[in-house]
Amino acid sequence: MLEILLDATVRAGTPILFATLGAIINERAGIINLGIEGLMLIGALSGFAATFTSGSLLLGVVAAFVAAFIAGSIHAFITVQLRGNQIVSGLALTMFGIGVTALFGRSVVGQTIDGFERHALPLLSKLPFVGKAFFNQNWLIYFSFLLVGLIWFFFYHTRWGLNLRTVGENPAAADACGIAVNRYRFLAVACGSGIVGIGGAYLSLASTPMWIENMTAGRGWIAVALVIFASWSSVRALFGAYLFGGITAMQLRFQAMGTTVSAHVLQMLPYVFTIVVLVISTIRQQKGASQQPGNLGLPYDREDRK
Amino acid sequence: MKKLLTFLAALALLTAGCTNEQKPVEPAAKATAQPATEKQIKAGFIYVGPVGDAGWTWSHDQGRIEMEKAAYVTPSTYIESVPEGAESARVINGLVQKGHNLIFTTSFGYMDATLDVASKNKDVIFMHCSGYKSAENVGTYFGRMYEPRYLSGIIAGKMTKANSIGYVAAFPIPEVIRGINAFTLGVRSVNPQAVVKVVWTQTWFDPGVERDAADSLLDVGADVLTMHQDAPATLQAAEARNAYVIGYNSDNRKFAPNAFLTAPIWNWGSIYSKTAEEVQNGTWKTAQIWSGMKEDLVQLAPLSEKIPAAVKQLVEEKRKAIVAGSLHPFTGPLNDQTGKETVAAGVTLDDSALLGMNWFVEGVQGTIPQ
Repeated sequence: MLEILLDATVRAGTPILFATLGAIINERAGIINLGIEGLMLIGALSGFAATFTSGSLLLGVVAAFVAAFIAGSIHAFITVQLRGNQIVSGLALTMFGIGVTALFGRSVVGQTIDGFERHALPLLSKLPFVGKAFFNQNWLIYFSFLLVGLIWFFFYHTRWGLNLRTVGENPAAADACGIAVNRYRFLAVACGSGIVGIGGAYLSLASTPMWIENMTAGRGWIAVALVIFASWSSVRALFGAYLFGGITAMQLRFQAMGTTVSAHVLQMLPYVFTIVVLVISTIRQQKGASQQPGNLGLPYDREDRK
Repeated sequence: MKKLLTFLAALALLTAGCTNEQKPVEPAAKATAQPATEKQIKAGFIYVGPVGDAGWTWSHDQGRIEMEKAAYVTPSTYIESVPEGAESARVINGLVQKGHNLIFTTSFGYMDATLDVASKNKDVIFMHCSGYKSAENVGTYFGRMYEPRYLSGIIAGKMTKANSIGYVAAFPIPEVIRGINAFTLGVRSVNPQAVVKVVWTQTWFDPGVERDAADSLLDVGADVLTMHQDAPATLQAAEARNAYVIGYNSDNRKFAPNAFLTAPIWNWGSIYSKTAEEVQNGTWKTAQIWSGMKEDLVQLAPLSEKIPAAVKQLVEEKRKAIVAGSLHPFTGPLNDQTGKETVAAGVTLDDSALLGMNWFVEGVQGTIPQ
């Protein structure tokens, strides 16, 4: 039973994981992105439409990344180049995403595709307990594992990653070091958005292979909260996303087994966790030990030195 | 302070954005003076979800399209994703202002807003779906979905090998509970050993959670699934695991070509066309319509070839009996979950008991959250 639960946890957590990873890249560069929900929808629709027309799942994932990359570039242009308000631009991006996918999704509503199938990895899937849950999944899930590692490596073991973190921490200092602040920020927002788009495509290509308007159903907002939960770390994002996914999976299975644990209590848990983590991270911030990028949410203008 | 203001402005924009997501389908040539001799019907529809939901709202939109076939109906307008509650009054009023003379509000939460707008516009006729309040110019309509649910239960009871059937349910409200009970009574009428396991998703529309709920029922051994949800995710779950599935809302078998058995479905077109006709010839009177299979408002989608001929025949017999009025799913003796007899033999629950149903019949495994 535990194996089944863990398996369901991974499947439910993955779309949120992609979205959280994308959001972390945004915020590490100092840009808040509240457009996650809209970007996920854009990714879900473009991924589905590309797979539907071409028959290729890989092409679907690429299309999801590219479409969300382009949509994210709008946010990047407004917040980086024009130094606009990040909150407003992000919310506008979510509205744009909801509207534009509803409009262009009409033609593929009710269409079906063959989604991602389980693909057991040799040897690894034979591992006791974790083997089935983690290594008898689909390729998109394996890609999410890889991405967690890659992002961690990028941030802490490459010069570009160091530069990116500096840009988010103190853009003026980065600028003085000769780092192209705007270029880093723009690319971080666009690439991060692309990864968010893959999270949407997970829903329309793997979880429920279909397109329905608004099919993300608020997962983007959970990702926004999870970024803080994960304190801007890709590895902690993995745990955060699985915690959310696990609680959903658990409460449904408790019901199916006929236990009497209140569904309301279980459904409340993820949000209670979020509040607890927000409280803890706020206390840590007051003690000066926060992981939050120093210049998060602030536009950078070279001419405007304080 | 300035930041706070911008944030508030953004929030206001967001809420406005949600409600303004309307894509009115305006008549191509509007305001060309109609001949006054024949009354033209200009109908407006308020939808709770997007037409693209492939479920509830989609089925209403099919009904709207059906209604438009009549010559006296001018192209109608619909507004999607209108939030329930007081806010909807503004949207309904907007339709009145644009000259619509027949307005359908297609979700329970529009009830008070519909009555409110109706009280100020006596010359417009309103039809509210699934509510219980009516007025001189406001009628209500809903379908006895429990009738085809009962029939689909017979099929599930015959098709299950594990005697374990899963039901993915949305919210614990009488409409959903009634469906679960009718389905279970159908199951038990042919297979007294089978149990119906219920999982609540607490959402009408979240494909991911619906899929997970369906998977959780398959995990505990259910081999036939059914659902009361707006998205077809349950169908895909059954297809992926070689189980059987009974859909809902509309005939969405293409999501599960092998697993699909049948689906209790809505046929709103029948009531929309009839209402338009009555309004056109002036015979419309307010009423609280609760129609069933007899009036063709609810149906059972064509049965899969996987169902044995004998079962098909049994279902057809029961269908005829329901249409003729000789069979009512909620005729006693009925036991509750604990096995206690709650409806005596020969007694049939009346409509008010059905509309307020808040208990499970024997054979349902699950609890109703209080």
